[in-house]
Amino acid sequence: MATRARRAPQLPAVVRYALLVLAILVIWQLYVTLGHVPSLLVASPLDVARAAWLDLKDGHLELATYNTLANLVVGMVIGTLVGFALASFAVFSRIGQDLLTVLTAVFNPLPSIAILPLAMIWFGLQPKSIVFVVALATIWPVALNTDNGFRTISQTTQLAARNLGLRGWRLVTGVLLPAALPSIITGVKAAWAFGWRTVVAAELIFGVAGSAGGLGWYINNARYYLNTSNIFAGLVMISVLGILVEGLFGFIERRTVVKWGMKRAA
Amino acid sequence: MRRGETFVIIGPSGCGKTTLLKTIAGFMRPTRGTLLVEGQPAREPGPDRAVVFQDFDQLFAWRTVRSNVVYALRVARNTPVRAAGEKADAMLALVDITRAGDKYPHELSGGMKQRAAIARALALEPTMLLMDEPFGALDAITRNQLQIELKNIHARTGVTIVLVTHSIQEAIYLGDRVMVMSRHPARIREIVDTADQSDVESPRFAELTGKLRGLLVHREEELDLPEEAVI
Repeated sequence: MATRARRAPQLPAVVRYALLVLAILVIWQLYVTLGHVPSLLVASPLDVARAAWLDLKDGHLELATYNTLANLVVGMVIGTLVGFALASFAVFSRIGQDLLTVLTAVFNPLPSIAILPLAMIWFGLQPKSIVFVVALATIWPVALNTDNGFRTISQTTQLAARNLGLRGWRLVTGVLLPAALPSIITGVKAAWAFGWRTVVAAELIFGVAGSAGGLGWYINNARYYLNTSNIFAGLVMISVLGILVEGLFGFIERRTVVKWGMKRAA
Repeated sequence: MRRGETFVIIGPSGCGKTTLLKTIAGFMRPTRGTLLVEGQPAREPGPDRAVVFQDFDQLFAWRTVRSNVVYALRVARNTPVRAAGEKADAMLALVDITRAGDKYPHELSGGMKQRAAIARALALEPTMLLMDEPFGALDAITRNQLQIELKNIHARTGVTIVLVTHSIQEAIYLGDRVMVMSRHPARIREIVDTADQSDVESPRFAELTGKLRGLLVHREEELDLPEEAVI
């Protein structure tokens, strides 16, 4: 292995990954064209690209993507703020700690998508219902990780903060939050993973009613019209967005916790 | 403790040196008796009793060295931004880390981090500077260097220093007076005058070393001291 690596100069990771994806796409295309697979069952990469291109041109796919992201972002912002509040409350009081323990024990194992029927009764067939379940999916990972982050702040850092006379809200924003940032980012990443799955799943269910108009709805709608290549286009979009968001988290980490020496570069 | 002196607390592990320092800093309350600072009982922790700890993570990792000092001034002393910046620059110059001002703590050596912590503490213009084994985690060479610099800083600023250490040499070199504590029971054994001992080779230095070693090593007999120790 080592000798081979020395002989052939290594390509940058991005290029290697791109080549691999390209190879898979070629195999997929050949399989569909040469294997005479009915296009109703599996769309070829070229068909998917064409379908995606058409829907991007007339704005369908962008609109669906926008709707999904809007629901996700609003839900995650609400969920993250509530999660922070719960964790802060837990740090400062016994009852807060107990509340966090009880609430996470009850709600964390509950897939928040299971709350969707209830949310639909409360909020109707509206984006509000989706925002609600996304927020619910976000709160617990953020609250748990933030609380854990607060609790593992070094004793000396805390004493140094108290020595400056910091307490209450200023202690939280000035020292506790930045000191706990590695855990907080971990929590938000987990929240994103839950939230992203939840939002797509919720839209799939909503697809029947057809009012939310997100990517889940787009996929379900394409199924309704047996547009297999559009189903694939929707899936590709979901995957690409996922990769982009992972990249965004990597970027944020490099600019903060990695730069500050609190976390090693991946 | 007298104003402007360097008062060193020395004793075996577990004798309560650090506890005493933390009580002065206001992190803990005395279980019995009262601890007086400037004639007042020691209150909540505050920047008038700035602390330099042994651990490096006393610096805020998410701020540069300079920003650590500026932030401390802003929150603890409500210093305006511009004045805080100027003061921070002056303090970094005092401890000779001006060039590291824009670096993050994890990019610095242990000695540099301790300098930064000293700069941050001094910037607050504390009534007393509390140091808990500030050089304990440094290598011998850096340690000696910082001892010399601390002595210079003390001469230039005249700040009252309370320093906890394990090192007899450090205690005599830096201290005007050294308080020896004993364990089982935790008591003050003796307060030794060690002012103006900057020559490690001198006979007086050797004599004091011997005396302190004797106090630290010999079997500890109980001493009666008043409950209320005025500091």
